[in-house]
Formats: sequence, C-alpha cells, structure tokens
Amino acid sequence: MVRIYAFKDPLAENRMFLSRVVVAFIFIILLMFGLVARLIYLQITGHEHYSTMAKSNRIKSVPLPPTRGIIYDREGRVLAENRPSYSLELVPEQIKDLNSTLLRLQSLLNISDEKIAQFLKQKKRAKHFSSIPLLLRLTDEEVAKFSVVRPHFPGVDVYARLVRYYPYGFLTAHVVGYVGRINEKELKNLPVSEYRGTHYVGKVGIEKIYERQLHGQTGYSEIETNAQGRAIKTISSSDPEPGANIYLTLDIDLQKTAYDALQGHKGAVVAIEIKTGDVLVFISRPGFDPNPFVYGISQKAYNALQLSEDRPLFNRALRGQYPPGSTIKPFIGLAGLEYNITEFQHKLYCPGFYQLPKFKHKYRDWKKWGHGLVDLNDAITQSCDVYFYDLARTLGIDRIHTFLQKFGFGEKTGIDLEGEKSGLLPSRAWKRKAKNLPWYPGETLITGIGQGFTQVTPLQLARATATLANQGKVVMPHLAASIINANYATAPQSEPEKHITLQEKNVQDIVSAMINVVHGERGTARTLRTGINYLIAGKTGTAQVFTVKQEEKYKEEELDIKLRDHALFMSFAPVNDPQIAVAVIVENGGHGGSVAAPIAGKIMKQFLMPHAGSEGEVAIAN
Amino acid sequence: MQTETKGEHFHPPSIIGTILRKLHIDIPLFIGLFLTCALSFLILYSASGQNVALLIRQAARIGIAFVVMIVLAHINPRQFYRHSAMLYVVGVMLLIAVLVVGLVGKGAQRWLDLGFFRFQPSEMIKITTPMMIAWFLSGIALPPKPKQLLMAGIMIIIPTVLIAKQPDLGTSLLVASSGAAVLFFAGLSWRFMLATGLVLTSLAPVLWHFMRDYQRGRVLTFLNPEADPMGKGYHIIQSKIAIGSGGIHGKGWLGSTQSNLDFLPESSTDFIFAVFAEEFGLSGCLGLLILYLLIISRCFYIAVQAQDTYNRLLAGSLTLTFFVYVFVNIGMVIGVLPVVGVPLPLISYGGTSMVTLLAGFGILMSIHTHRKLLPT
Repeated sequence: MVRIYAFKDPLAENRMFLSRVVVAFIFIILLMFGLVARLIYLQITGHEHYSTMAKSNRIKSVPLPPTRGIIYDREGRVLAENRPSYSLELVPEQIKDLNSTLLRLQSLLNISDEKIAQFLKQKKRAKHFSSIPLLLRLTDEEVAKFSVVRPHFPGVDVYARLVRYYPYGFLTAHVVGYVGRINEKELKNLPVSEYRGTHYVGKVGIEKIYERQLHGQTGYSEIETNAQGRAIKTISSSDPEPGANIYLTLDIDLQKTAYDALQGHKGAVVAIEIKTGDVLVFISRPGFDPNPFVYGISQKAYNALQLSEDRPLFNRALRGQYPPGSTIKPFIGLAGLEYNITEFQHKLYCPGFYQLPKFKHKYRDWKKWGHGLVDLNDAITQSCDVYFYDLARTLGIDRIHTFLQKFGFGEKTGIDLEGEKSGLLPSRAWKRKAKNLPWYPGETLITGIGQGFTQVTPLQLARATATLANQGKVVMPHLAASIINANYATAPQSEPEKHITLQEKNVQDIVSAMINVVHGERGTARTLRTGINYLIAGKTGTAQVFTVKQEEKYKEEELDIKLRDHALFMSFAPVNDPQIAVAVIVENGGHGGSVAAPIAGKIMKQFLMPHAGSEGEVAIAN
Repeated sequence: MQTETKGEHFHPPSIIGTILRKLHIDIPLFIGLFLTCALSFLILYSASGQNVALLIRQAARIGIAFVVMIVLAHINPRQFYRHSAMLYVVGVMLLIAVLVVGLVGKGAQRWLDLGFFRFQPSEMIKITTPMMIAWFLSGIALPPKPKQLLMAGIMIIIPTVLIAKQPDLGTSLLVASSGAAVLFFAGLSWRFMLATGLVLTSLAPVLWHFMRDYQRGRVLTFLNPEADPMGKGYHIIQSKIAIGSGGIHGKGWLGSTQSNLDFLPESSTDFIFAVFAEEFGLSGCLGLLILYLLIISRCFYIAVQAQDTYNRLLAGSLTLTFFVYVFVNIGMVIGVLPVVGVPLPLISYGGTSMVTLLAGFGILMSIHTHRKLLPT
C-alpha cells in the first residue's frame, strides 16, 4: 500500500490532539457531575420515598384471622361451631399451566364446571400469591386421592380450615342465621384491616347482628419476603383475639318441640320468659338447612328455596304480619274496662250480627245464630264478635289505637335480629297518610275483632301477651343472654323499664276470662287443660284471609287451602306466677283452638314440667 | 513534557522498578484497575447472594484478562500499527461469519463456538475498529478531508451495522463511539460534529422504524417507566428504589434488601451499580466515580505522552470509550438513559467484556512503556 506523507504537520497535530483531550476531559467531568446530580436527587431528595418503597417491597403483613365465637343455647348446647374442613386450594402464581392443572384436577376429583368458573372469578379479585379454594369440604377419600398425586401438582394443596357448622340446622336457621363468603358489597362496608384474613361474615340472624363480637380481633404477622413472595423471616407479630362466645336465651329442646309440633304446617311460634324477656322459642316453619349457605349453596338449590311457595327462607316469627283475629279481644276488653266504657258483668244480647245505626250492612258473628246474652267473660271465652263490635264502636278508633300501642302493637319489639317488621296498628292519621281517606265507623268495628287493617307479628303477639301477664310491665324480648370474651362478659344492654298503668282488678278480670278459654266448659281451647297441674290463660284466634261476601256462607272444606283462615293462639302460664308466654300462628290452619292451641300447650307443659317423668330435677326457668 | 530520560542519574534504580519496567506495567494504571477489580469482588459477593462459586469463576476470568493485558503490554505498539488493517478485516469477516451462523441457527447470535471456547468477534472489533481508524488517519494530514472522512465513516459503519444486526445495540453503539472518538481526537471540525448530531437527531424517527419491538419498548419504558411498573418498567423502578433507599451512607455491605431479596433483576451483571449504590450510598458512589475518573485521567496522561499520531489517537479513543462504558451503564441504572445491555466496566459479572477492557488497558500500557525515551 502506498502511503502519502504529504502536508503532515506533527506539531500542529499534537497541539490539536492536546486541545481535544482537554475538551474531552472537561466533557467527561461535566457528565460525571450530571450523574452525581442525579444520584443526589435519588439518594437525598428521594431517599425517604424510595426507602418506603423498598420497605413495602419486602415487608408484608400477613393477617392471622381470629377464631369465630361459638353460639350456645341457654343450657350451653352448641348451636354454631367451627369444624375443621379440608379444602383444595391453588396458588395460581406457583402453577405453570393453570388450565391443564385445572383439567387434570377436574378429572381426578370430579369437579363441576360451575366450581371451576367460580374459582376463576375469585382468582380475578384475589391478591398475588394468595391461596384460592377450588373445592371445599373434601371427603377423606378425596383427600387421600389427591395426596397420592400431590407431587405432580405444584402450587396445589389441601388445607384444613375451620368452617362454620350448625349442628341443629333447620331448628336454628331463622334465629342463629348463617355465615357466608364475604361478597364485594359487604367488603366495602367492613373494616378492611380487620377482615383481611377472614373469608366469612354473618349474613343473617345472630351471626349478622353480633358479627363484630363473634368475629374477634385479627392478629398480624410482619414477614420479610423476597420478590417471589416467599417468607424469609418473621419480624414481629401480634396474636389474634378470638371472637366472643354468645349464649342465647333460646332453649333448643323447646325449639325442637315447637318445630316438630308445626310439622305439616306453615307458621311461627314465639315463646318468651315473662320475667326476663328471654326468648325461649323462636320458630318459623318451614325452615331450611343453613349449612349449605356456608360453603356456597348451588344456584339450583338456592332457586328451589327462593321460589318455593312455602317460602322457607321467610322468617315468619320476625317478619310475618298477620291479622290478630280474636287474639286481640282480651286487649280490647281491657281497654273497655280501663276507659270505664263497660263493666265486666255488663251484658249484651248477641243475635249473630251487628248493625251500625242507619246502616244496612250486617257485621256477622262467627256463630250464625248468635251467643244470646253475654257479658265480657262470655264474650272472651266464646269469642263473641258482636260484643266486641259494640265495645269497639263505643271506644272509638282513637282510644283503641292509643291503648293497643302501649302493648307494643304497630312497632318493632327491638329484638336483637335484623329485618324485624313493625306490623300495623291503624289510626285516623295513618289512614289519611297511607290511603288519603277518612276513617269509617265500620272499620272501627272490625278492628275490634282483630280484622281489617290490623297486622301483628308472632313476636309482637307473644310480647303483648307477656306484658299482659306481667301486669303491664313491658317485656323486652331478646335473644343474647351473655357475650363472653377472653376479657369480658357482658349482657346486652337492657332498655329502661316501661310500665303500663293498669288497674289490677281489670287485668284479673280479663285473665280470668282467658283462664275460662282453656279451663271453662265452653272455652275455645278446652283441649289444653288435660294433664296439667297449673292454670293456663289464653285466647284463640282465627284470622280471615278471604273475605266472605254478605250473603255467602264460609265453607272451609270447599275453600282452597291457601285461602283458609290462619289459626292463632296466645297464652301464658302458670296464671298465679306467670313464667312463659307463647304465641302461635299456623297459616291456613283453620281454627285457633284446634290447631294452634295444642302447640302452645306442648311448649308450656315442657317448660313448666320439664322432667315430668324423672324426679329430683329442677325446672330450667329459674 | 517528558520527565523521564535515559540515564541512572535521573532515575534511582530499584529492583522492583526494573522488574516492572521489564513487565511493561504502568503502575498507577495497574493500581487503579486492581482497586476497581477488588471492589468488584466485594460487591459481587453481596449482589450474587454470597455465591462463592460465582466469585471463583469471576476471579478466573479476571486472571485471564490480566494475563491478556500484560501480554499485550509487552507487544510493541508498532506491531499494532502494522497489523491494524489486517486485524480489522479479520474482525469484520468474523462478524459476517457470526451473522451467517446466526442465520443458520435461526436466532440472535453473538459468538462463534470454537470448540474449546466461545469467541465474540464483536468484542474484538471494539478494539480493532479504533485501531483501523487510527492507522488510517495517522497516514494522512490531519484534520481529515471530507473524502477521507467518508472513508473513515464507512470503516466505522460496517462493523456497527453488522453488530446491530446480531442484534446487539449496546455493543454496536460502543463500537461506533470508539471509532467516532478517534475522529474527534484527530481534529474533526466542530461544525461537522454539530451537523452530524443534527442529522442523527432528525434521523431518529427513521431509526425508530428499524428498531425491533423490544428495543422500542426499552425507549418507551425509559421515557415513562411508571406506565408498566410490573412489566417493562419493573427493572428501572426497582433499580431506582435500590439506589434511592441507599441514601447518603448506604445500608452497609451485604445490607441490600432490593438485591438480596431478588427484587432487583440482573443485580450481578448490568444492574450491579444499583446494588453498590444501595449498600454504600451516595458517598460510595462518589468514591467509585472518582476511582473511574482517576483511571481515565491516567489514560489521558498516557495518550498525551504518546509519541506518534497512531498511538495518541488509539489511546485517546480507548480512554473515551471506557468512559462511555461507565456513563452508559450508570446512566441506564439511575434512569437517565434507556436500558442498553452495557455492563459496568471492571465491576459487572461477566468475562468477555472484562477481557476486552483489560486488553485495551494492555495496549495503553504498551504505548506508555515502549516510548523511545529521548532527552529533550
């Protein structure tokens, strides 16, 4: 290669090179300063910010969920407990091919497509590296089946978790309620930090209203993790505080008796201990098994419950509103005496119907030919309607409303359950507001026999009965007897005592008439008096579902069963020392005396003579 | 300028000095490199999760690299000059060979498997390109004329494009800059540099068009890492967290949580500076930058002391390229430059780049220790 060394000036080249080195060096220094400036920005200005980020990168706080409190009945029998249950859970981040894993599991354990879909839905809103259940309540056989092939399923494991279980199922469904998986709506209203490790929340009943107490306090464990989420070491931890145990006032034996007695019927039974307001029986039948709701009831089973004509999910004792029928009569009678409108011995002729002056309309008595000459005692014992038409007319709707309100009709009892209905106690003001119509005199008459607008819940009826038995001292029904936690034992706050001023003599007169309902020769609930050594005071009721036209005759046999009358019975016992008040409503049951009264009788008998067969045992009541 | 002259009355003879002179080792540069490599072991031990096997592997590589450096230091720079063109042509042919093998192998190919070891021609071309340009420019009157500039430009572009095709954007940029550095030191006019800069900037959209998806992604991520914090932006965000959380004094040796708990990817290789910054803080970073600056200063000193144009240009280019290495890596790790696969020189884990770097320093030492020491 020929190289031409022409015009080369080594000295100038050297000078040029030197100047270029100086320039390059200055350039380098400047860029170095740039790097340093950036480092200062990151390490001094941003130090706190990045330190926090580094910390939140590696420190994870892992919730330690508390054990849910146990629910007992008044005798300490377990109504809701936590049972270990095996669940098959997956950590999607640790599974290479989720789809094939799911398919293999599906064929291994026979998992339905619905479950898979449910899992995928849950996976979407789960946190990273959290264990998501695919199959709950594995049988021992399924656990064994999976254990054999477990090494082939990285990221899949069987866990033993505590799951709520209701040993009495149907018997307690409407009182204790149930827990279920927390849904998105509930998640918004729950304290996030407290429920981070909790999967279940009380949905209805005691489980819901005492949710906070039953749940307990979540503990936390601060864990250092690496980028894969694997725990390296525990930095600090605080133990969870288990949920409080709750003792209910309920007696599961009585509960069972009431449930069995309603066999074949729809209806409700409420029994209250008069002195304390303890709810002994709280039954709505048909009931349902709450256990499937815990682990996720299938859509099909839920629809079956939801769409059933018998409405098993409907809490009749709490939310069922029925016309009180003749069970209202003792209260109307008492109002007549208290307002000095009538005297106990005052007699009235009952021809079988009643007419308002200047009106043609005949208000019928249930006995077509009438009761003849009756006083208040006869009117209650034989449930004469005409007597009460007359009494109601004289009292007028305003006084009826004022008086009945004192016994708690038309307002919630305040029992510790959610969703209670208040029933309806009509008044002029209510009618004006609700229907924009004036009050008609005829409506007062039918209010007097517990028909028309008036509606009561079984709980209200039991409470009013207990208040009457308690000489006007208002009874406050409640279900929780005590809430016991590691640190405290409390009884739920009792409201200030209320007392209705009543004349003792008037109450005695009404009660004596109610005794005759059960023990009198012409009483409508005579069947109850056999085999007992105490006095029961009660009143039957038959509430019309179907209005009979003026010239028609009500024929039970011909009527569709759904249009048949509701049978009611309210009672308390023993009369000389009232302890238990029972209200029974049997939907479409026909006559109160024949259907509803025996149910109340069984409960009172069991409560007051609990061990009739065995000697030496003390009654539970005290 | 020259401080050393031949003769015993100028320089007190010492046995060690004589031995080192015979070894052709430049003491200040050697100390600087040795310190940096020692520091590398310290950080690697922490960044690798106290992996001793990895340290031993790295020690072996550094050993080889130092041997290469000393061997090259013994070769007279005249030999480099003489063989510049040949080495360049061989390098380019090897690059073409890599591309062909890569095409056959259907995938990115950067190395040739020679049976006993794997050889990356792109590493070799990092040194032979500036040699070639320096050889070419040293034969003409400087500053170069447009026609000569064009030729030099072609010499740079050929290996750059070949490497970019592998694809290895980081290395191709380094090769281009090493060639450009020679032109810069040869007195390329400022006006021309400015014009080239403007043209390249205006060509950016065209470049964008030719970039691969992952490369575009890197640029986008660089512009806004928070757009995809768990995906493409994860790297740079975790790196910034590591550096920022180090503060002024750092978390102490082995105290890095970002790297020890695996939040920081590639903590032993390209992102090792983040580990260093997390453990030794701003003060440590300043120390490391000063160490680099001292090495660069010594290299520039050697360049200035060099006795002919070829040696000067080559020494200047190797020095500036070394700085580009440092700047591109740290700039990427602290989030001021897009992510390009450039390791932190002398510190990152990895063998090939270490050998190339120390080969460069070997050439610098050769240039310095083979001067004809004439009295002025």
